[in-house]
Amino acid sequence: MKELNKDIVIIGAGPAGLAAALSAHDSGARDMIVLERDEYSGGILNQCIHNGFGLHTFKEELTGPEYAARFSAMVEERGIACLFGTTVLSVDGGQKTVTAVNRDGIMKIHARAIILACGCRERPRGAVNIAGTRPAGVYSAGTAQRLINIDGKHIGNDVFILGSGDIGLIMARRMIFEGARVHGVAELMPYSSGLNRNIAQCLDDFDIPLMLSTTVVDIRGRNRVSSVVVANVDGSKKPIMSTAREIPCDTLLLSVGLLPENELASSAGVGLCRATGGGDVDDTFMTDTDGVFMCGNCLHVHDLVDYVSSESAACGRFAAQYVAGNKADGQKTEVCVTGGVRYCVPQRISKSGGALTFRMRVDGVYRKCRLAVYADGKEVFAKTRPICTLGEMETVELNAAQSDAVRGARSVEIKLIKAVEV
Amino acid sequence: MDNNGVKAYDCIIIGGGVIGTFAARELARFNGRFLLLEAAGDVSVGTSKANSGIVHAGYDALPGTLKAKFNVGGSRLMAAKCRELEVPYKANGAFVIAFDGTGKRVLNTLKARGIENGVDTEIISGDAARKLEPRLSERVSGALYAPTSAIVSPYELTIACYENFLENGGCAALNSRVTAIERSDFGYRVTVRTGMTDCVYAARTVINAAGLYADDINNLVSGRKRKIAPRRGQYMLLDKTALPVERTIFQTPTALGKGILVTPTCHGNTLVGPDAEDISDKDDVSTTANGLDDVFDRALLSVPTLARRDIITQFSGVRAVCGDDFEVGEVEDGFFNALGICSPGLASSPAIGEYLACAVAQKIGLEENKRFESHRTAIPCFATANDEERTAQITRDRRYGNIVCRCEQVTEGEIAEAVRRGAVDLDGVKRRVRAGMGRCQAGFCTPNLIKIIARELGISPAEVTKHGAGSEILGGGQ
Repeated sequence: MKELNKDIVIIGAGPAGLAAALSAHDSGARDMIVLERDEYSGGILNQCIHNGFGLHTFKEELTGPEYAARFSAMVEERGIACLFGTTVLSVDGGQKTVTAVNRDGIMKIHARAIILACGCRERPRGAVNIAGTRPAGVYSAGTAQRLINIDGKHIGNDVFILGSGDIGLIMARRMIFEGARVHGVAELMPYSSGLNRNIAQCLDDFDIPLMLSTTVVDIRGRNRVSSVVVANVDGSKKPIMSTAREIPCDTLLLSVGLLPENELASSAGVGLCRATGGGDVDDTFMTDTDGVFMCGNCLHVHDLVDYVSSESAACGRFAAQYVAGNKADGQKTEVCVTGGVRYCVPQRISKSGGALTFRMRVDGVYRKCRLAVYADGKEVFAKTRPICTLGEMETVELNAAQSDAVRGARSVEIKLIKAVEV
Repeated sequence: MDNNGVKAYDCIIIGGGVIGTFAARELARFNGRFLLLEAAGDVSVGTSKANSGIVHAGYDALPGTLKAKFNVGGSRLMAAKCRELEVPYKANGAFVIAFDGTGKRVLNTLKARGIENGVDTEIISGDAARKLEPRLSERVSGALYAPTSAIVSPYELTIACYENFLENGGCAALNSRVTAIERSDFGYRVTVRTGMTDCVYAARTVINAAGLYADDINNLVSGRKRKIAPRRGQYMLLDKTALPVERTIFQTPTALGKGILVTPTCHGNTLVGPDAEDISDKDDVSTTANGLDDVFDRALLSVPTLARRDIITQFSGVRAVCGDDFEVGEVEDGFFNALGICSPGLASSPAIGEYLACAVAQKIGLEENKRFESHRTAIPCFATANDEERTAQITRDRRYGNIVCRCEQVTEGEIAEAVRRGAVDLDGVKRRVRAGMGRCQAGFCTPNLIKIIARELGISPAEVTKHGAGSEILGGGQ
């Protein structure tokens, strides 16, 4: 068994891992290794061949693979070591040891800092408890996307989609481009959790019906999907069976939510946040386990990769500072979220440090509201928002003075002040 | 060859479920030519793949019945058989829980039955039960503790028996549905439909272990017609992160129904179910929204902390019910039934297998096979191996260093070996090595599984199916 020592081990060469590696290097770290289970870097971006990436980071519109390639090239230019086809089996948070495997064998890497950048995964059919048969033709949307965009496979002719998150919307359009018929996109909630631009560009442009407050209650077909039964749901999301109708199709795509991949975090003994299912971190992206950092979709699920990149860059910088001996002080203040803010990252902040950025999601659709930050009950920051939705992450960037006020406070609260709830 | 030039066997076993494969495996202890026929493309695709996986202790069956005899016998044999066959088995013990006086009277009845059947149980208080299983409901007022109750992986047991049967020289024909059985001078002529062609085999004896279709097979031969009533049970499987109980928790049967169990599986998931619904279609393994809801609500009575968010999949199994008892034994000259093998069929399978094998051997005077190899080697498992073993696995086969199913940490090496041993589709690989069995339910590994299965079988990816012809993953069906 091979044993290695590294200053920083980064787990995952997707957008989060690449940005973290890049920024750790540019912050002075040299003794690094990136571990990637796939045979290439870029993670899920490689199958996201639609455009819309990079507007913030590169000020231009790129496809997923283009966005990934730019980061991969920058990582390569700097000579940062990446091991592909290598799966991390476990992380010991206390010892900061990473056990990984590839075709050459098992390796143990003793690290001074570990960055978890493992991404997220899709909720499967079982998690949404859809009854019926178990035929071929039921895919999670990301699986379908990979089969089509990476493997070049044809997966179905008559498609129905459950879930109007961004992947569901993107895949509706993708299936049309593939020559399939898309008979509708059902959404359990009374609103889509996808980006508005995706609803317009992926459904409206192709006359694909969006069926709000609707769910799939039955899957039929013994060997291959032959139809799905959909029904409207009431206010408590229970199906109204009198509205049930059968929609013939051979393929059902499920886009019913993403969950941070936290298996390694759990194995590392890292505390997780109930609201996100991801990490519980301080303003240096360090978890409750000293020297273990987290960024990207395993920390919390993002809607734009640009946000993943900027957050992960910060994480990489802090990890580099950590191995250089600049550790955040021990005293942390919990950030309290109220009034419709579902969660906020970071969950804890240190008493000293630079300007703070908070990323958060709300728990519904709100119009004409204010997002405010309070330090010891006193408002230090507020911004008005014409609309806040579940689908779009909210960002609060404090300046130096505001950050100092927040860091100095005994209690910190982020609150959504609602005018109208939809 | 018999005198008409067809392939002849000492015994033909019809059905590749746990009963058929166990009988076949035990028959291999004797010298003879044996043929296992299975209508599907793989073994363990019917009742044996979708059940509770419980090795019932044997306190439940009515004394004097075949169910009692074989359950108790099977339960005593199971641990040793699983060691020989390298099949996951765990003696985890079971509670039957009571919520009130009526329930406690049922516990007394079960305990008394246990004594008659020769099965040790103990009645303990609700508090004592909660001490052992802290997540049991506060409302539990007493429990029957059955320490010899166990759990086993039912499909792996079936597959292991099948592999061991083949290793010992047994023959098998898959995709072979029996369409006719006639008496002959030799014994029986069994006509089998394989694809579009018919094939005839001769056999001195026949074992009918055709599960849900054992009535049809019986009725081809016997004047005493049988009718199997399919009874469906729905289940939900919970993620490994939720491990609410160590023991199997049964509810006492009430006027409302048979009661729902909550049990760990051998692989560390939690299983809840089943309900019991008489249906008309033997192949209807669909779940229903109401059924699943009802199962979960009733499971919550036992363990109130079960969380729906931990559910990773749902499934149904159909049990073959025919009257109140099993029918096991010779019903026509040289024709043996294992019919109506519903619960506790899995627990009984080692005993039924041994019984049928011995009955056939005695009937036609087979001698002991002195070269019988009782040990079957399981596919080396990466996930449960230690670092040293893993290093050895990778040194032998570099594909053991390529994790394909990330949730269950299943390697390419294991998947290739599963195909080499007979898996022909995604579900067959899943049952053998657990690829796709985890919390993402094959979301991540499906594309790679398709590639590996296609490569190993030498077919095109478009031909790879989920569970046999018509369930092609790609292409969109016909």
